Amino acid sequence: MSFTFYLDVVIGGLILGGLYALTAVGLSLQYGVARVLNVSHGEFIMLGAFATYSLYTLFGISPLLSLVITGPLIFIIAFLIHRTMFQRIRRTSPSIAAFEGNSLLASFGLLFIIQNIALLTWGSDIKGYHYMAQSINVFGTSYALNRLIALALALSTGIAFYLFLIYTRLGKAIRAAAQDRDTAQLMGVNIHKVLGLCFGLGALMAAIAGSLISMMFEITPTIGLPYTIIAIIAVVLGGLGNILGSLIGGLILGLVGNVVMCFSPALSLVAYYLIFILLILLKPSGIMGK
Amino acid sequence: MENLKKHISMKSFFIFLTLLVVSVLAATCPLYLAPFTIISVTNVFIYVVITMSWALFSGPTRYISIATAAFFGMGIYTSALAGELIPFPLVVCLGGVVSFVLALLVGLSTLRLKGMYFTIFTFGLSELIRHAVLWWEVTKTGTVGRWVVSIDHTPVYYTMLIIFVVTLAVCYATGRSRYGLALKGIGQSEEAADHMGVNVTSVKIGVFALSAFFAGATGATMATRWTYIDPSIAFNPLFSFMPILMATFGGIASITGQIIGAVALTLLADLLLTEFPYYYMLIYGVILVIVILFLPGGIVGLGRSIKKL
Repeated sequence: MSFTFYLDVVIGGLILGGLYALTAVGLSLQYGVARVLNVSHGEFIMLGAFATYSLYTLFGISPLLSLVITGPLIFIIAFLIHRTMFQRIRRTSPSIAAFEGNSLLASFGLLFIIQNIALLTWGSDIKGYHYMAQSINVFGTSYALNRLIALALALSTGIAFYLFLIYTRLGKAIRAAAQDRDTAQLMGVNIHKVLGLCFGLGALMAAIAGSLISMMFEITPTIGLPYTIIAIIAVVLGGLGNILGSLIGGLILGLVGNVVMCFSPALSLVAYYLIFILLILLKPSGIMGK
Repeated sequence: MENLKKHISMKSFFIFLTLLVVSVLAATCPLYLAPFTIISVTNVFIYVVITMSWALFSGPTRYISIATAAFFGMGIYTSALAGELIPFPLVVCLGGVVSFVLALLVGLSTLRLKGMYFTIFTFGLSELIRHAVLWWEVTKTGTVGRWVVSIDHTPVYYTMLIIFVVTLAVCYATGRSRYGLALKGIGQSEEAADHMGVNVTSVKIGVFALSAFFAGATGATMATRWTYIDPSIAFNPLFSFMPILMATFGGIASITGQIIGAVALTLLADLLLTEFPYYYMLIYGVILVIVILFLPGGIVGLGRSIKKL
């Protein structure tokens, strides 16, 4: 148990936590602002991962470059899904609770559709590729270069998005819609556009996380569900609707998960759940909640 | 007035007659049907029971539970662990009781909160148990899977028939009791129900645990047909998704709708499963989205609106 061991656990945890934070912020936008508890969130991660995989293995496009292609593409797909599907559910649902229930069921449908299209396209075999896998020495421990790049990208995306929320007009509109949708609308925020944008941005973050995941781990069309579960727990941990909270929640889960994984890899999900159970028993509003 | 009375008595007579014919057929069909057909019918019963038991709680309250696979899987593991020790009918009951207790614990920790926390909690529950059981089997027992005492398809058919009849009776009775009304009230406005003197939390926990009993008993029964199980077979998330899909498709609000949805989609799965394994799940996804978007009352709701025209 030397210094390098602890450092190893922390850096490994941050890499995992960066990915979780990215997916959790994405889900937080979809649930906290657009009120869609999107259980197909993980499927967008899987789509991002497979798009990156295909672009790299078929056309030799670097995974880092393909972020610029797959990200916007998945953003547009998700935006259109919100515009058509969830907008209609919003119009036909009598109350916000009914909308939450119906949109949850609809996102189940999406989960089935996306996952099985992926199974038809890519098959159920485990896929993977090598990209920037050479090791780099950091304070006496070696890491694969792609992991460090994933950490840097995840954190910089998170920070860039946070700055976008704080400093831009659109970011302000999103924060206003998260706090009080009706009042935001009264103040002249185009709520339909903002909600669609939030859903699209959420999927965009999932897609980026998916691309990064494909650089580090092996992938199958069914990898999405565990990531969805972890993202949901991270969102609750940070407080429903609190975007910065989700980011911190994701990092905490990553660190905890990595510590548990050092002892027994199979138990990390159990550890997340224990945190979740303690949280809803003691402080259901989350660590950042009021 | 006379006409109306006559009409009603004729109608109830026909319903009685149909029920009689159906129950005689159901009770005697292993005598003359091929084993393959009996196994298919048993399979339909599984989905009908888990759909009805899911909708017993989630239908009126709109608290969407995604934990059926956890209860079903607990029943399966009960059967695997206790199958050699105690007689089969006791195994089935024990499977139900184990699931009942699990649901009680889940309910006690989440059902005092808002609906979304409950849904979120149940979402990962079967994955959590699957991981925990897998860890236990690998590190403590040294194997992943287990053998289950096998039972012939005819007793399994009759057991499923009994579970189905009991579930049907309980769902019907609950819907018409004051608990059913309380559940409906909770679904429409929880605060209002609370103010009317309904003990909201205990009604929710009680009915949720009751609904889990049937899923557990079904799991315990079906494990004996599979003979070999492991955590990923027992806690397959599909068993959580299917009841939601089937009930939504048929119509969540009525028992008839739930049964129609479960029967129709199970038969569709049987048709498509062998030849197009991925297409059938894809089709299910499309059906779910279409029903949510265009048929809020499911097939039964569609039937009603056609009747009105």
